[in-house]
Amino acid sequence: MNINQLIALAPVITLAGTAIAVMLGIAVRRNFMLSFGIAAAGIIMSLVALGVAWRKSPVQVTLLIRMDAYALFSMALLLSAGLAVLGFCYDYFKEREGENEELPLLLLTALLGGAVLVGSSHFASFFIGLEILSISLFVLVGYPLNQTRPLEAAIKYLVLSGVSSAFLLMGMALIYAQCGELYFSGIGRYIASRQDMNVMVLSGTLLIVAGLGFKLSLIPFHLWTPDVYEGASAPITAFIATVSKGAVFALLLRYFVSTDSYAYTPLLNVFSVIAGLSILGGNLLALLQNNVKRLLAYSSIAHMGYLLVAFIAGGRISSVLVVESVTFYLLVYFITTIGAFGVVSVLSTPQTEADEMSFYRGLFWRRPWLAAVFTLMLLSLAGIPLTAGFIGKFYIFISAADGRLWGLLLAIIVGSGLGLYYYLRIIVVMSMSVEASTIKPAQGWISTATLAVLTVLLVGFGIYPGLLVNVIQSVSYGME
Amino acid sequence: MILPALICVLLLGGFAAFFSERWSQDAPRWVGVITLTAEALILTLPLSWAEYTDGLSPVWLADFHGPWIPRFGIGFHLVMDGLSLLLIALTVLLGFMAVSSSWTEINSRQGFFFFNLLACLAGTVGVFLAVDLFLFFVFWELMIIPMYFLISIWGHENRTYAAIKFFIFTQVSSLLMLSAIIVLVLIHHDNGGSYSFDYFELLNTALEPDVAFWLMLGFFIAFTVKLPAVPFHTWLPDAHTQAPTGGSVILAGVMLKTGAYGLLRFVMPLFPEAAHQFAPVAMMLGAVSVLYAAVMAFAQSDLKRLIAYTSISHMGFILLGVFSWNLLALQGSVITLLAHGISASALFMLAGALQERLHTREMGNMGGLWFALPRLSALALFFSVASLGLPGLGNFIGEFLVLQGAFGVDMLLTSVTTLVLILAPVYALIVMQKAFYGPLSQYSPLSDASRREWASLGLLALMTVWLGLSPQAVLNVSAPAIRNAIAMERG
Repeated sequence: MNINQLIALAPVITLAGTAIAVMLGIAVRRNFMLSFGIAAAGIIMSLVALGVAWRKSPVQVTLLIRMDAYALFSMALLLSAGLAVLGFCYDYFKEREGENEELPLLLLTALLGGAVLVGSSHFASFFIGLEILSISLFVLVGYPLNQTRPLEAAIKYLVLSGVSSAFLLMGMALIYAQCGELYFSGIGRYIASRQDMNVMVLSGTLLIVAGLGFKLSLIPFHLWTPDVYEGASAPITAFIATVSKGAVFALLLRYFVSTDSYAYTPLLNVFSVIAGLSILGGNLLALLQNNVKRLLAYSSIAHMGYLLVAFIAGGRISSVLVVESVTFYLLVYFITTIGAFGVVSVLSTPQTEADEMSFYRGLFWRRPWLAAVFTLMLLSLAGIPLTAGFIGKFYIFISAADGRLWGLLLAIIVGSGLGLYYYLRIIVVMSMSVEASTIKPAQGWISTATLAVLTVLLVGFGIYPGLLVNVIQSVSYGME
Repeated sequence: MILPALICVLLLGGFAAFFSERWSQDAPRWVGVITLTAEALILTLPLSWAEYTDGLSPVWLADFHGPWIPRFGIGFHLVMDGLSLLLIALTVLLGFMAVSSSWTEINSRQGFFFFNLLACLAGTVGVFLAVDLFLFFVFWELMIIPMYFLISIWGHENRTYAAIKFFIFTQVSSLLMLSAIIVLVLIHHDNGGSYSFDYFELLNTALEPDVAFWLMLGFFIAFTVKLPAVPFHTWLPDAHTQAPTGGSVILAGVMLKTGAYGLLRFVMPLFPEAAHQFAPVAMMLGAVSVLYAAVMAFAQSDLKRLIAYTSISHMGFILLGVFSWNLLALQGSVITLLAHGISASALFMLAGALQERLHTREMGNMGGLWFALPRLSALALFFSVASLGLPGLGNFIGEFLVLQGAFGVDMLLTSVTTLVLILAPVYALIVMQKAFYGPLSQYSPLSDASRREWASLGLLALMTVWLGLSPQAVLNVSAPAIRNAIAMERG
């Protein structure tokens, strides 16, 4: 490994080092603030290292990891999301009983897994990254040990995650059996060298898609989602919804582009069915929810469906536009989802999780700024102009129209109409009149600052997306 | 810089109104008045600024172009012609009316109310100015959100249902338009052009006939939902009935006009062949709207609901006129837009004034109001006959021109539509009969029109008379724009 590769890998190494530092720190002295501080410093250092690595990119670090602009951008996205979640966790857990010092450690390992995942160019790193991520998540979900809900959610997540890993491994095995390659480009060469479709590779890819479908909670692999979202603590839910799904989707796209699996057109039909089901099913089921976390869970299923539509369009249109659309949408989805769960997290107290709809009654008049932030996040999820969500939806529309996916485009339109109903319902509840409430949730300046930054980004990218679009465009040219 | 200023002033005024509430309870409405006054002053400027439109034909009174998202050729492009000028003038006038009618009606959270009111007006002005399709879409959506809040927070008993229905109808239909816009841009791109959302670039895009038809339909649905025309009208009676008076004034007076404006500005010039092919269907829908809504209006017992149905009926004329696509019918549509904006707003203000006094909109609970409220009743009579199309008042001119223009295009349909001249007096006079004549119901003493109400309604009455007696002044302003649209459509 030469010095260039070391520099390119520095962000990942920094993350791993920080995780160890936090662990050692806890061994010496249990201090809540200290372990959060080390973790935050580590993530920031890793982000700085990303900046340095950007100059050197693209670099292939052994066969396993490829640090190109796409990987670096995705990593930066994951790390920033991790930092925001860490901030919410600090305010959320500081008042709670129990030993919460290990929480940042687990967040770091999960981020490490995510970073490896988005950089992987080989089945081995793909699988290792995914497992590091999933195992950390399982512990994070069940972190409040003395409550039953989180434990139930954690076990559910563990079992289904294990099953999906099994699918994934089987798929990899089938592909390896046929191509004799674990390296993405090698698989790509095999697929390109054959005129006809190979059944083994096709079924292997299908199994991989099924495995990743669990992680992305696409219908029909979505059954765990609402329970886990509801059971986990609000900031952790934000983490699952963004970092885990985002990393997996980034990988899925890289796998398909670099192995050229788009050539297997039957796969695209499968994806189309999954996307249509996720959009309509997710939105329809969300209509029935009275619990904000469950509602956001179903809405996230629908959003993964929208994202999948842009992904499917890759079969017909240039991969540059697809990568651009997916990356932009993911970024917007990160901002809005973390923002929305951040509001839930800020409103929660050690006694109650703020997930019942009634909790939000009259929020506009009790805490106007918080309600305004939540409203903006919801409007962005609904794709209303002047929020970044609209530009994201615009990208999806462009990809779908360019790929001539009329049926899916119609599904998105119907889904958006349904989606509007339940997002507006929360806004309506927030604008209802109530007498002054006695519940005074704790204030935390870190959460407040994080929410402020997210809101500024949301509106900023919504009004003037030009700059971000240019960056993402250059990133998407860098993939391959 | 005048055109962006028109939008910015309203937006900034909205924020100022929002924050001024901390200072004083009643400050927001004064901020509203000041903002609208400033807007009116700016609006008088473009007339003297006409030379600042280099590169465009003299039809366009003002032009502003800035970059926005160069990746997709999206620019911040605003232009103004006679048509936009008239509609913006109407917007400002009715903005004053909305503020006036909310003066005493809204007494909670005034800051947020006037913020929404002004933001809604800003979005509408943006719609009338934008010629970048992406920008147009942004403004199109932007005027919906504040209106949603106006209805859902300050509305009447069934406000949540009405507000959500309103939002979903307009949003879903506008997503159809967004898809159509994007497909149009992609086709333009594939034809060898670069990405561009600019109206003037897209005007001459070569389209396959069937593609053009679907794209036209996407725009058409979005605009007829907003207009609204049968069968997309069902959101309107609910939204109007539940909205606060100020919201109803904006909704009926200004927002419905954006649909008509869209048909005129975008559907016809962008898809000339497809639109002409579709014209018989559209005119049929227009005629059905005119007659069906008139019959429905007669059947209502809720005063605001009745007025809402008369709006649909009048907007049917617009559909008829626009798709006849000749100078006479189009000019008639423009006059109808203005006259209906004024008379419908006045009727909603009267309904609001009655509701504030009687706490009911049911005409069954009224009766004999002429004795209790002579001045308001006289105004109600005036605007009812204006709305039924009495010669000498604005609405008559518009409807007459539309019918005359449409007659040459489709004789039978136009003759059938003329039946509304019998139906309109029926629904207009039933209001007078039920609410204002007859035996006096028992009321506690009611205060008649206040000075503020007199001034606003009186102004609207004068405008109606002026439009009726001297429509030529208005026609002169809109004529170049209409001629230009007809010429553009011929290519």
